[in-house]
Amino acid sequence: MKLTKDKVRLGQDKVKHVAKLANLPLSSEEEEKYPEQLSKILEYVEQLNKVDTSNVEPTFNVSGQSNVVRVDKVGECLNQEEALSNAPKKENARLQTPERSDGGQGFFVTKGVFAE
Amino acid sequence: MNKYQPVIGLEVHVELNTKSKMFCRCSADYFGKEPNTHTCPVCLGLPGALPYINQQAIDDCIKIGLALNCQIAEKSLFERKNYFYPDLPKGYQISQYRWPLCTNGKLMIDDGKIIRINRVHQEEDTGKLTHTKDGTLIDFNRSGVPLVEIVTEPDFTNVEEVREYAKKLQQLFRYLDVSNADMERGDMRLEANVSVKRQAAEGPLLRHEASEPRQRRGESELPNYRVELKNINSFRFMVAAIEHEIKRQITEIEAGKKLTQETRGWNEDKKCTYLQRSKEEAHDYRYFPEPDLPELILNPKKIQQIKSSLPELPWDKAKRYQNEFGIKKADAKILSESKEVAEFFEEAVEHGKKHQVAPQDIANYIVNQKPDITSVLPTQAVEEIKGKKVGVIEDLKELEKLAKKSMEENQKALEDYKKGKTEAIQVLIGGVMKISSGKADSRKVKEVLEKLLKSK
Repeated sequence: MKLTKDKVRLGQDKVKHVAKLANLPLSSEEEEKYPEQLSKILEYVEQLNKVDTSNVEPTFNVSGQSNVVRVDKVGECLNQEEALSNAPKKENARLQTPERSDGGQGFFVTKGVFAE
Repeated sequence: MNKYQPVIGLEVHVELNTKSKMFCRCSADYFGKEPNTHTCPVCLGLPGALPYINQQAIDDCIKIGLALNCQIAEKSLFERKNYFYPDLPKGYQISQYRWPLCTNGKLMIDDGKIIRINRVHQEEDTGKLTHTKDGTLIDFNRSGVPLVEIVTEPDFTNVEEVREYAKKLQQLFRYLDVSNADMERGDMRLEANVSVKRQAAEGPLLRHEASEPRQRRGESELPNYRVELKNINSFRFMVAAIEHEIKRQITEIEAGKKLTQETRGWNEDKKCTYLQRSKEEAHDYRYFPEPDLPELILNPKKIQQIKSSLPELPWDKAKRYQNEFGIKKADAKILSESKEVAEFFEEAVEHGKKHQVAPQDIANYIVNQKPDITSVLPTQAVEEIKGKKVGVIEDLKELEKLAKKSMEENQKALEDYKKGKTEAIQVLIGGVMKISSGKADSRKVKEVLEKLLKSK
């Protein structure tokens, strides 16, 4: 399926949406600037569509392997101290991350679990 | 109310009882353990760690799929489901999307209605979050425990059907021995998609979006919204939430309001559903194939092997009990409810053949007397039923006499019991049955024996 030029153009709405999905806070200047920049990048990548891939199977894994599985056997774990050692904040042997409000799985900003 | 018909689809998550996690060798036996003691670089999402598929989990997922009459894929892939939530440290959950292990199944509920299964796929569980006033606390012990998701088509039209289907699945997981399916422990979780449509053909709600992924093929009469009920951790609450939601939606429609896509939870104190997330925040998980996991190619021979290893399923047992033994339908259902009771019944029937005790007599005994099958043997049950025909001994004084005699004759069992081997009581019960020629009421015998042993 070939993308048309129109579809490559990113509007500000789209940029805001993608930023939200990527959990990136954008300043208003960035919101102005990025549609132009990102559209250029997409146009560049769009060149790939010139290649005829009608007879090529998609590749999802470059190792060429399949069925790499293990038997269900328990091995060693990290101990509690090791497991928590990267956490900038912890309480009651649990990692602590900034508070969030909704009870679902909505999007929100965290500073990351392991790095401040 | 009759003007409207509920349209309900169900997503069931079940945690498998494998020894190790889905993609690493950490123990999956996390329940009630010290926080963050069952983790490793893989399930903590540390940079550079690579997932490694647990074969048993895949087999278990296929078992569930086969039991639900699914087609098993020839090729199956894992994908990354991306979202920002601290319950998964990687920033994505390894799940399945375009190439699930099992698709296109069905399960028949009691009234003969078929519930279509869209898919049965494999994924990993998340960490456990505790929300406090200072922030969110994370325990990663559960992170990466194998989880299977079973998604139906929107085929339910009332809460009863939902309840029955969910109970049937729970029974199935236990029969297949792939999960304890304990709702309170979170082994099994339900999510429902609820909407209502007007019964008439030309209601304003009957338009449908062509992009709707779970659209029934060839049927366009689905509402153009659905409300997802999530994070509800008991059967009872889910039923209450669905019932409330149906009423709420009808009231809204009657008031001329337009319903939209949203996620709602259940408030048990107020007995109502509440808004958790609206459409504006709708998800885009940006699924893409997990580059760290090679594809699974499923060999038909292996699938056949798994298929032939499946136990007789509860509904098949119930049918057989009716056809083969002439058991009443309601009794057959009770007898096949758990694997343990079914096995007890079948052994008793086998033994009963030798003693002219009919299957329905055994069924009556199990259904009405509800014997403790962990302490009464099927053979004892048959003896008892047989004895009943000539006069069962139920008198407590009489039983006490017999129990004392049995204790005298079985000194070793008595010693063993005192040493803490409580199963030695079996021998003593057996003794009483023997002395009484099977006429003693075995349930009462056990009570009498326990009383005597305690007083010693």
